[in-house]
Amino acid sequence: MHVLRALMRRPSAFLGLIIVVTIIVLALGAPLIAPFSPDEQLFDGLTLEGAPIPPDAVYWLGTDTLGRDVLSRLLFGARTSLLIGLVANGLAVGIGLFIGMVAGYLQGTVSNLMMRFTDLMMAFPALLLAITLAALLKPSLWIVALVIAMVNWVQVARIVFTETRGLVERDFIMAERSLGAGHARIIFRHILPHLMPTAIVWGTLGIATTVLLEATLSFLGIGVQPPEPSWGNIIFESQGYFTAAPWLVFFPGVAILLMALSFNLVGDALRDILDPTQRGRL
Amino acid sequence: MLQLVIRRLLGAMLILLGVAAITFLLLFMLPADPAVQLAGRSATAQTVANIRHELGLDRPLIYQFLSYLGHLATGDLGRSYTQKTGVTTLIMARLPATLVLMAAGIVIEVTLGLVLGIVAAINRGGMIDRGVMMLSFVGVSAPQFVVALFLLYVFAATLGWFPMSGFGSLGHVVLPATTLGVLGAGWYARMVRSAMIDVLNQDYVRTARAKGVSEVRVILRHAVPNALLPIIAMIGIDIGQFMSGVVVVEAVYGWPGIGQLAWQAIQQVDIPIIMGVTLISALAIVAGNLVADLAAPFIDPRIRAR
Repeated sequence: MHVLRALMRRPSAFLGLIIVVTIIVLALGAPLIAPFSPDEQLFDGLTLEGAPIPPDAVYWLGTDTLGRDVLSRLLFGARTSLLIGLVANGLAVGIGLFIGMVAGYLQGTVSNLMMRFTDLMMAFPALLLAITLAALLKPSLWIVALVIAMVNWVQVARIVFTETRGLVERDFIMAERSLGAGHARIIFRHILPHLMPTAIVWGTLGIATTVLLEATLSFLGIGVQPPEPSWGNIIFESQGYFTAAPWLVFFPGVAILLMALSFNLVGDALRDILDPTQRGRL
Repeated sequence: MLQLVIRRLLGAMLILLGVAAITFLLLFMLPADPAVQLAGRSATAQTVANIRHELGLDRPLIYQFLSYLGHLATGDLGRSYTQKTGVTTLIMARLPATLVLMAAGIVIEVTLGLVLGIVAAINRGGMIDRGVMMLSFVGVSAPQFVVALFLLYVFAATLGWFPMSGFGSLGHVVLPATTLGVLGAGWYARMVRSAMIDVLNQDYVRTARAKGVSEVRVILRHAVPNALLPIIAMIGIDIGQFMSGVVVVEAVYGWPGIGQLAWQAIQQVDIPIIMGVTLISALAIVAGNLVADLAAPFIDPRIRAR
């Protein structure tokens, strides 16, 4: 609770929190709020010449090239972004925690191999890898989530590894070990709780990275596939048309920016609050 | 020192070998079959089999990998499936364009990051500081392709100041380089700010001020040079990130660099090109990190003493 209160006291984090909550509410309530069905090609959704309609009183954010309501697509697209953000990033943090903790706790060959592998992954051109994997596998929402997790766990693993190494040296872990506690018990009951602040911070900051990556993949046409709406593929679908209908890029673009920004603001403040040594630095 | 350099170089070689092995394995395991792709939709099973044999894809994986490594040792990245040219030649032809874009992007982001970071650090806690920090957050949160399309809309389509896409004149570089630079500047601004705040709290800065040195001189001559170290390390890391990060920007702006080459190759399942660009990017990342680490003692004598 005091973390929440501390968040509220910082103007930028408070702003971020408001945006995060708004996006979640809008995404969950999309079926109730959306004025139209996101997939319906509306009868009067195009001009007589067949062009998309600019924002007006009926279509608040205009219509797209197929005559669908942009606002409704954005609202449902928020669900896609949030879902991928939670699943992909949850997976990435989970893998990172596991690898970092085990490698940090064990000493010796296994630990070394794990960290060498992590080093290797650090040298991988992440975006290129994600694009290659997403394009060559059959693109779908779950593939995208999996690909993002495969690229994003590395950083978490490195940080968790360093922290675990520090914890293992501490007296309370020594005490546990001398009392005869098993490895699994020490790792999950005594080390894991100390890593929760890190997990929470990266769980939040990582959502921003994930949302951006998902949008990028969908924008290239290898992410979430139309007609399922995602903020990235709305732009992908109208890319060739954007000089004539800029709102088709502007609104989804702003949505992506706001979502990534809000999670970054909250995550950064959480890092400050949960890790006093980092306060005011980055 | 020499020993350290040799050890780091060997480590870097091993990492590159690992990257090659993993990429090779991943590309092999993926369901996309280059032979089917090349043969086209109406091809018979026999045609596909012939193509597969021609490309050597019917040989055991380990044989293919070793033969790839053998060629790699002589700087040969194999032959493109679709363009029937050596991948090394293709990459070399595209590399200059990407390097130009990268250099321009890095100049913009470092300049912008330095100025904003220094200004923010001097006004620590004030309105300007908060504004800069907020901007830097926007910079790291903005999707590259949206900024690229936005700049295109405003400065190319509407105002007509710059061409929509392509390569050749100075005007072509401005928008793609600005896209990369403006977004990257956020991280630099934050790094510079925090380094400057550390330095400004040092005793020698207080001494300089006590001697009556003017504030401008304190900042430019005493503080900034010492705050540069993390920035130089960051440029090293950035070079690697740029190599793989240009795919999107090159795709949007039709910039004929290695990012575009990779993107076309991915769509055609042209595995040798994908392998080649991945390796070159990994090489850039490893080299960038290595240079950043090895350069540090030359820039900061305190590290040399350790």
